[in-house]
Amino acid sequence: MKSLQRTLRFVTLVAAVSTVSLGAFAQSQPPSVVALTHAKVFTLAGSPIEDGTVVIRDGKIVAVGASVEVPAGAQVIDAKGLQIYPGLFDPITQMGLSEISAVNATVDTTETGPYNPDVVAATAVSPSSEHIGVTRASGITEVLAVPDSGGFDSGGSRGLIGGQASAIHLAGWTIDEMTIKKSVAMVISWPQMETRSFDFATFSIKNKPFSEAKQDYEKQVNELADYLDRARHYAQAMGHGGPADYQRDLKLEALAPAVRGQLPVLIFADRSRDIRNAVEFCDKQKLKMILAGGEQAYRVKDLLRSKGISVILRPTLTLPPEEDDAYDRLLSQPAELAAAGVKIAFGSFDNSFARRLGQQAANAVAYGLPYDEALKAVTVYPAEIFGISDQVGTLETGKLANIIVTNGDPLELTTEVKYLFIKGQSTSLDNRHLRLYEKYLNRPKAAAAN
Amino acid sequence: MRIPSTLTQNRSLAAIVLGTCGLAFSFSARAAASPDAPPVILIQNATILTVSHGTIEHGSVLIKDGKIVEIGASIKAPKDAQVVDAAGQFVIPGIIDCHSHIAVDGSVNEGSVSVSSIVNIADVLNPDDIDIYRDLAGGVTVANVLHGSANSIGGQTVVIKLRWGQPAAKLPFEGAVPGIKFALGENPKRSNFSLPGATPRYPTTRMGVEETIRTAFVEARDYKKTWDDYDKRVAAGDKNAIPPRRDLRLDPLVEVLEGKRYVHAHCYREDEILMLLRVAKEFGFKVRTLQHVLEGYKVADEIAAAGTGASTFSDWWAYKVEAYDAIPYNAALMTRRGVIVSINSDDAEEATHLNQEAAKTMKYGGLTHDEALKLVTINPAIQLGIDKRVGSIDVGKDADLVIYNHDPLSAYAVVQKTLIDGRVYFDRQRDIADRGAREMEKKALMEKEKRAGEKKPDATIEIGKRPGAKPEEKKSEEKPKPPQADAVSGGAL
Repeated sequence: MKSLQRTLRFVTLVAAVSTVSLGAFAQSQPPSVVALTHAKVFTLAGSPIEDGTVVIRDGKIVAVGASVEVPAGAQVIDAKGLQIYPGLFDPITQMGLSEISAVNATVDTTETGPYNPDVVAATAVSPSSEHIGVTRASGITEVLAVPDSGGFDSGGSRGLIGGQASAIHLAGWTIDEMTIKKSVAMVISWPQMETRSFDFATFSIKNKPFSEAKQDYEKQVNELADYLDRARHYAQAMGHGGPADYQRDLKLEALAPAVRGQLPVLIFADRSRDIRNAVEFCDKQKLKMILAGGEQAYRVKDLLRSKGISVILRPTLTLPPEEDDAYDRLLSQPAELAAAGVKIAFGSFDNSFARRLGQQAANAVAYGLPYDEALKAVTVYPAEIFGISDQVGTLETGKLANIIVTNGDPLELTTEVKYLFIKGQSTSLDNRHLRLYEKYLNRPKAAAAN
Repeated sequence: MRIPSTLTQNRSLAAIVLGTCGLAFSFSARAAASPDAPPVILIQNATILTVSHGTIEHGSVLIKDGKIVEIGASIKAPKDAQVVDAAGQFVIPGIIDCHSHIAVDGSVNEGSVSVSSIVNIADVLNPDDIDIYRDLAGGVTVANVLHGSANSIGGQTVVIKLRWGQPAAKLPFEGAVPGIKFALGENPKRSNFSLPGATPRYPTTRMGVEETIRTAFVEARDYKKTWDDYDKRVAAGDKNAIPPRRDLRLDPLVEVLEGKRYVHAHCYREDEILMLLRVAKEFGFKVRTLQHVLEGYKVADEIAAAGTGASTFSDWWAYKVEAYDAIPYNAALMTRRGVIVSINSDDAEEATHLNQEAAKTMKYGGLTHDEALKLVTINPAIQLGIDKRVGSIDVGKDADLVIYNHDPLSAYAVVQKTLIDGRVYFDRQRDIADRGAREMEKKALMEKEKRAGEKKPDATIEIGKRPGAKPEEKKSEEKPKPPQADAVSGGAL
């Protein structure tokens, strides 16, 4: 119960919140019915509700509205003056897969070798990672743990097929309790045509002529196509008999849902040329593509819209890729894509910076993205893109109760999360940073400071 | 063949192309970064966050000859004044970034030795670095440009104003005390870097870092004594005195001992922070700023007692072991214990939103709006010893100002104009208006390159494109990024 006590301490620490039934929190068995009342409710499935109520039962939302009756026996949290939103969703992280990025022993993001479709992120997510509590305190309730997703932990070397991304709640005693969906996408790093590269063997920069770089690139794409063809034949064989009839290959087996178009492929590509090639490739291969990164997605926005390809955007807090790009190139891109009808979501592509997700979205608003779109791009859109919007992303009856109660706009820098629910459970806002803060806040004045 | 990728910056090349193609448009966007300053500017109807004396609603600031000459509720526009109507907008003092690596030509680390005080960042300023403009567009007007952290005692450092479009000689902040970079912990002991087969460089422990610094200052003290003795003999009329041999490595350390050069020390852990404060006390100098100082909150009283400033990140953590106890409450906790604190970038991108990073301290640790704003204005000015010139909106100070469309401590605020010395060096509307012309200019150059390429079919063309492995992105010392070219010469990651 330490964690619940911490929740309370946090609440009393940061602000005086209106009447809360504290006793109910301290009970060892969480109540099965909770009612959040008198708040402004942003369901993201309709207009905001002034003075609204949300009722949670057995982990799910059972009622949302202005004139909802509070069930008898429900624990009531009076959220007057506060706002209720679906928890935020960060669709590209290495959550639980990496603790301290400079320490290899704590990093499980990237398997060796070019083809690892059979590895699954959820397998290596550490439920005890300190990143989980820190990230949760910023209002993020669910994330995708994405293998081989680059970001700050990639160390530069990436395979072609990185493995399967898992959708997880940021709470749970075990990974099984945390898992929303074990496999939501197959990660593919699109090969890059590079004339300069960093060679780890000699620790130096290697140059190669463009023609050679192009050849290398085409070789990789062709091999990827061959590999997917093999997977397709394998999937056909799977459909024509039991495992006894063919020699099992776990890697090809893992790819079967992707080549059948059942599992989306999450393709990491940034340059417009690479994106265009990837789109064409997926078209030919009949893969369901989601784009990740997309620094130059604006250059191919019409193509992306016409193919119905969604984009998980690299942090807006990134410098433009080219020296002569407009200084706000990445800040204004979300607005440009949304206006063109491309569905976007924001991702941190990281762990320790995951709590900047709201900031990223707000910055995009500052440069023209409509606010509602920004809010959806960190909640319901990623849920839709990865096929779990039946469970999370909006505050609607029947969905899992992943909910945040805040004292303001959840995208703004100064807003505080007052309560957080994951699967209907009031979840601690305690975290490593808060603990260290409280500890040293209470350090007695140093007697002989030098 | 590779042509310069920053087309608009290379004015001689641009001029050649313009001459060839006969295009008549003016590419004022960036060339306009060095206009003649209008003698008088009046910014009016703005919310003025002075930092030193509160907020003035619907206020005006009058600028003459690059200085602030009047601040008030309503100032009548003098004749010939250029009037900037900033209705609904916010004016703050220019943002001061106390830890930057922009405008450096090449690597920021002379990593071959553990005491690299012989080198000076001021010698390698690159006024064409596009990051100057990008940071300017984020409201930064002054940057403390530091050497890297590969050495216990690193290179000499320089404070610059982001006068985009001016030559390198015009960048340094006139009269600012020069600095020197120190570094403690994982970087100088090379924990996270190793060349295959290379012999480790001393030191490889925090114990060794202390001894490296102590040894250098023992040498510097002896060296100083030889000069002092010589000076005494000369003063006494000794015509036969022979001057000691100059030691370019020790000269900057003597300046530290004499208080003529500021020490900016990269550090993380509480133990190494106290170690450096002890060593400084032993040799009788002050550490001007502790940089990063992510565990500063653990020893805030000791830092305050030493009169040392702390310049930290807003919310970076866990990128290495010594950053695992980093907390976003660091700035607020140290402030509450009496330390002068600033929030810095260490990274060209992070610098573009230091206002937002400062705002986070209101959430993490409960600083007031005013206190938060100080973290990127007057506090770094004090730390760099330039607070008489910049850091607040006061009569007599340099007209280094930023105009935002919203409260700058919000994620929704966008810089509209940045002024340095009363000149508009960044103007968002002008930047947007000039994009078409820049695009045309780029196209013209690419056409030319294409034609040249057709003559030589094997030519490799890399226009406006950074190399794939991003080896040029060396500007962040600490922000975790994939290994970079900088790592070769002893970079930070």
